[in-house]
Amino acid sequence: MIEFRGVTKRFPDGTVAVDALDLTVDAGKITVFVGPSGCGKTTSLRMINRMIDVSDGTIEVDGQDINSVDAADLRRGIGYVIQQAGLFPHRTILDNIATVPLLLGWNKAKARRRAAELMETVGLVPEMAKRYPAQLSGGQQQRVGVARALAADPPVLLMDEPFSAVDPVVRESLQEELLRLQGELGKTIVFVTHDIDEAVKLGDKVAVFRTGGILAQYDEPGVLLARPADDFVDNFVGRDRGYRGLGFLSSTKLPLGELPTVALGEPAPRGEGWTLVVDGERRPQGWVRGVTGPVGADLVPGGSLYDISSGSLRSALDAALSSPSGQGVAVDGDGAVAGSISADDVLRALEGARRDEAAA
Amino acid sequence: MTWVLGNLPLIGSLTLQHLVFALIPVVIGLVLAIPLGWLANRTSFGRTVTINVSGLLYTIPSLAIFVLLPAILGTQILDPVNIVVALSVYTLALLVRTVADALSAVPPIVVNSATAMGYKPVRRFLAVELPLSVPVVLAGVRVATVSSISLVTVGATVGFGGLGKMFTDGFQRGITEEVVAGIVVVLVLALVIDGLLLALGRAITPWDRITAAAGRTR
Repeated sequence: MIEFRGVTKRFPDGTVAVDALDLTVDAGKITVFVGPSGCGKTTSLRMINRMIDVSDGTIEVDGQDINSVDAADLRRGIGYVIQQAGLFPHRTILDNIATVPLLLGWNKAKARRRAAELMETVGLVPEMAKRYPAQLSGGQQQRVGVARALAADPPVLLMDEPFSAVDPVVRESLQEELLRLQGELGKTIVFVTHDIDEAVKLGDKVAVFRTGGILAQYDEPGVLLARPADDFVDNFVGRDRGYRGLGFLSSTKLPLGELPTVALGEPAPRGEGWTLVVDGERRPQGWVRGVTGPVGADLVPGGSLYDISSGSLRSALDAALSSPSGQGVAVDGDGAVAGSISADDVLRALEGARRDEAAA
Repeated sequence: MTWVLGNLPLIGSLTLQHLVFALIPVVIGLVLAIPLGWLANRTSFGRTVTINVSGLLYTIPSLAIFVLLPAILGTQILDPVNIVVALSVYTLALLVRTVADALSAVPPIVVNSATAMGYKPVRRFLAVELPLSVPVVLAGVRVATVSSISLVTVGATVGFGGLGKMFTDGFQRGITEEVVAGIVVVLVLALVIDGLLLALGRAITPWDRITAAAGRTR
């Protein structure tokens, strides 16, 4: 747990970067600091490991005032991942990852064993151990950055816009990877970004900062999207927040309808309606309408699929909206067709969720 | 050729003496330049002072230094220490600036990330900043070494000049072949030592060419 109490940062030129910040970062969760440039999110993060000194107020990490320990010792106990990774260009990948264990006085063999273990954890092949950072892609360097931060198994991880310098596709896979890792490790993570979509995707809680270092709202992402505290947050959260908010609503109460299906190679059904074509394991292949003879060619591609084991109202609505027939395809965890879903059902479920929330 | 063939042992011992007089000052100058360059790099005031003073030192004519040093150091005019001290001063003057430049070229993001990992300043300097400045410093050391090899010859005018003795001696006795042979040996010596330094640099900074190549393709 990290506790900010009345934390202010004034720079020598008089600028106030962070203004009387009170905030509790929950242990074992991802907390995202987000906001426009100059809002103090990065300054707030860097005060935690004393890369920037606090002007007023106190910060405690697990109940201990950060100023009560030596700065270097404090930093060795807190993982730190930065934009563009900041790897040491003169050291191999393995030795980059072993940095903090070696600083803590582990012997070289043990530190390297641990580093090799972490390469696997973050999805780097062992052949990369002996390479230098310049021989890796941006995304791979960032994985090394994460591995390096995790090497001494610190309870707290600070991530300072770690994925902003990589292309969108790589960024998405790094985000997925981080969520998977966090599922296994349960670290206390503070993550800074200027990208609200990234904040909403990764954060268990999101702190929105406004210019001048003032905390505008601190909530779970679903709440942020559903009930922004003021116009600033509303604006910052951006377009389509109603739709994006559906991503945080559970779809467990959604009723599934019947869906006419035909197996590949079987004769097409008569009639004017749409029929979903499935393979031997009942996985959706595409749609047919008004064809004769065995189905196989001329399939109309389907839309997105709604996974009943993990999907949200957003994925259910998208499945309905993107399907050529207007009927969304619901699949189970194995990808087999489970039934159909209509946009009306989703809206009704949303009504229900609103009522439940009002009653609670 | 007859003079050369008849005086091989002399050329050999002069070459050895020349090497010692040329290389010891480079080592001394480098060892002093590293902390001074580090200091110079810390504040803009320190930088201005160091760079101006070192520039000034370098402009003092070498012959004048050789003649004046005994008075300053209290040594004999024919003491070889004079040459070593004079050349160390030149090397230092050259390398302080190089070291300061090399350190300031280390990417701040790397230095910051080292700090954030928990490096204390001295260890960070030795483990991160210094190794990363090796390619630039080594380029400076090569220039300083070649210049030192050439400058030793001036010492011949005050008695200890390694191969420079072949210039003064050949001139006084009218043996042109000796002067030419001296020039050739000095040149070869400079080329060989420069080549060795280049090879040494490649051996201790395997990452440097990889990083430079990646920088070109991105």
